[in-house]
Amino acid sequence: MQPEVQSVIGTLSPIAVACFLIFVAITLGITYWAAKQTKTASQFYAAGGGITGFQNGLALAGDYMSAASFLGIAGLVSTKGYDGLIYSVGWLVGWPIVMFLISEPLRNLGKYTFSDVVAFRLQHRPIKAAAALGSLITVIFYLIAQMVGAGTLIKLMFNLPYELALVLVGTLMICYVLFGGMLATTWVQIIKACLLLGGATLLVFLAMSKLGFSYPALFDKAASLYDTPSQGFLAPGGLVTSPIEAFSLGLALMFGTAGLPHILMRFFTVPDAKQARKSVFVATGFIGYFYILTVTIGFSAAVLCGTDTMTGRDFIMSIDKGGNMAALALAENIGGGLFLGFLAAVAFATILAVVAGLTLSGASALSHDLYVGVFRHGVSSEKEEMKVAKGATVCLGIVAVLLALAFKGQNVAFMVGLAFVVAASANFPALVMSIMWKRFTTAGAIASIYTGLILAVVLIAFSPTVYEEVFQGTASKAVVAAKARVDVVEKIAKDPAKALAGLQPKVDKLRIKVANPALAPDKLKEAQKELKTAEGDIQMITSNAVAAGVDAAKAKKAEADLGLKKAPYKMKNPGVYSMGGAFLMGILVSLFKREEEAEIKFEAEKVRTYIGIGAEGAASH
Amino acid sequence: MSKNAHQILEDPEFQKLKSQKDTISIILTILELVLYFGFIAIIAYNKPFLAQKLSPDAAMTIGIPIAIGVIILSWVLTGVYIYWANTSYDVMVKRVKDRVGG
Repeated sequence: MQPEVQSVIGTLSPIAVACFLIFVAITLGITYWAAKQTKTASQFYAAGGGITGFQNGLALAGDYMSAASFLGIAGLVSTKGYDGLIYSVGWLVGWPIVMFLISEPLRNLGKYTFSDVVAFRLQHRPIKAAAALGSLITVIFYLIAQMVGAGTLIKLMFNLPYELALVLVGTLMICYVLFGGMLATTWVQIIKACLLLGGATLLVFLAMSKLGFSYPALFDKAASLYDTPSQGFLAPGGLVTSPIEAFSLGLALMFGTAGLPHILMRFFTVPDAKQARKSVFVATGFIGYFYILTVTIGFSAAVLCGTDTMTGRDFIMSIDKGGNMAALALAENIGGGLFLGFLAAVAFATILAVVAGLTLSGASALSHDLYVGVFRHGVSSEKEEMKVAKGATVCLGIVAVLLALAFKGQNVAFMVGLAFVVAASANFPALVMSIMWKRFTTAGAIASIYTGLILAVVLIAFSPTVYEEVFQGTASKAVVAAKARVDVVEKIAKDPAKALAGLQPKVDKLRIKVANPALAPDKLKEAQKELKTAEGDIQMITSNAVAAGVDAAKAKKAEADLGLKKAPYKMKNPGVYSMGGAFLMGILVSLFKREEEAEIKFEAEKVRTYIGIGAEGAASH
Repeated sequence: MSKNAHQILEDPEFQKLKSQKDTISIILTILELVLYFGFIAIIAYNKPFLAQKLSPDAAMTIGIPIAIGVIILSWVLTGVYIYWANTSYDVMVKRVKDRVGG
């Protein structure tokens, strides 16, 4: 028996703690400095418009590059190969759209939030209420997904209890936003972006140095390890199945990026349209570079993390089934505990920065849009608005922590998808039509926002992912298990002698595993179950009961099928319908009845969109 | 401000600026859409094309440079836009602003 390779992932290393504490100390120092400069609402929401294009570009990248994409895409690539690469492409392609259609008009028309822009020439109250709802739903779903992911990742990385991790993340994000506003949040993003880009670059450099800095060598090795006759590791696999599904997912990823409130909000932090476009160029460059790094990390982890007994992929999946620890496993493999600790701390910092940006944009929707724009009819003193904004920050932070506690252990991956679909359906169509289309009316905007919002949420709730796997988790798992069992038994039935020859060594191996006293309780249980099944299969073959076994498995599958209520339709990504519906309703309702005032104000809006005369400047507050 | 908004809209310089900017934005947006959804369409309809090996003795498939290419070209398109905006659009904006006294 060969010794099992030990990994220190999942233990609290002093290096990781030290790196993390340094990050917290620096960011809290910045928050203290920023707090002294954050007195007005403009400073709180938009850092007084005093951020440069390059800084804002880095901060945008910091807002967008989440720990989920760093760890998740590297994991997806290391376990699924090319399919992971397809995903990473989708996360980038929204940025040019932001550049060509959104960034400059947004800067020239708005003040603090994107609903300012939608409401620019329409009736403020109903638009602000609808747009704020769209913002809040996007932000809250994104926030829950990030927080639950954070708790789980931190538990995996440091073995800190889930609840403690959440309280830590929640407290720090509230501190940054509450005291330092946009200025502190921006600098937290910038530092995090530099750390993440630097850490990932170093990781890729070290990994590639082991492969002679040759991408062909990396791909040759990956293919030789994981290619199967039916599926190449470097070829598209099962991620994208039906064309309409692929198209729909692509729409949501692309236009969702252009409708994320915390991203849109960043355009009010720069002084003018020129700096706004520069920030998108810088952000797109860094984010694209980051995804290329992440993909390299994934392939390298699959190639380099192998041990005497396991391939890299099996090793990564033995730490976490989803592959989320691929980047950290690679860091440990090539840089030891020191580098692992550093990178784990960077991942933690990444989580913090993203949730801080989300909290700030959620708080601005509550205070600037809902409280001032709707309840106070747009009239409120600066002091009052700040007070409400700060209260909203604390409330939102606490709600986020509580929701993340409530969703502990749940599959929340769909929530990021939901946030993107809502952003692409409720936020993006109304924003674009209000900037570009003269005949767009208040009623049209409201119809568009609510249609997008309701369609997105309802269609996702009834999609197979959520309706079957989330709402009926146990029943859905039973069906999957029963189906797998049918496949196994049918394979045995095809060639019992061969199956028997394969089962014998498996049983021996499992017996040794079960006898190991160091095995974790959940792994022990799993191994015991596997052993029992394998022994049962041997019994079944030797007593010539394979045919009966097949019938029994099929009966069990039929029974499991009965226990699961099927989703009403098969589509996983409703983006094409919800976004299409939002555009259609916006156009139809607008055409139904003209709004003269909006058309007159459109002239002023046009002038401001194109040449920025009258735009909110940094000095005007 | 709204008093002369109408006059600015009528200004031939402004109209030229607006039509140039609209053309550039729309062309680049369409290019990006074609780039990305073209890639998605190949995945959906012609997986074997992406699975082809670049050369018989190397494992790298044609799909890898294509995917990385979509990322890089997207960034290049934003670069094209910013180059045009900095060298040509900003000059036009300044000229219009000088004329209308904005």
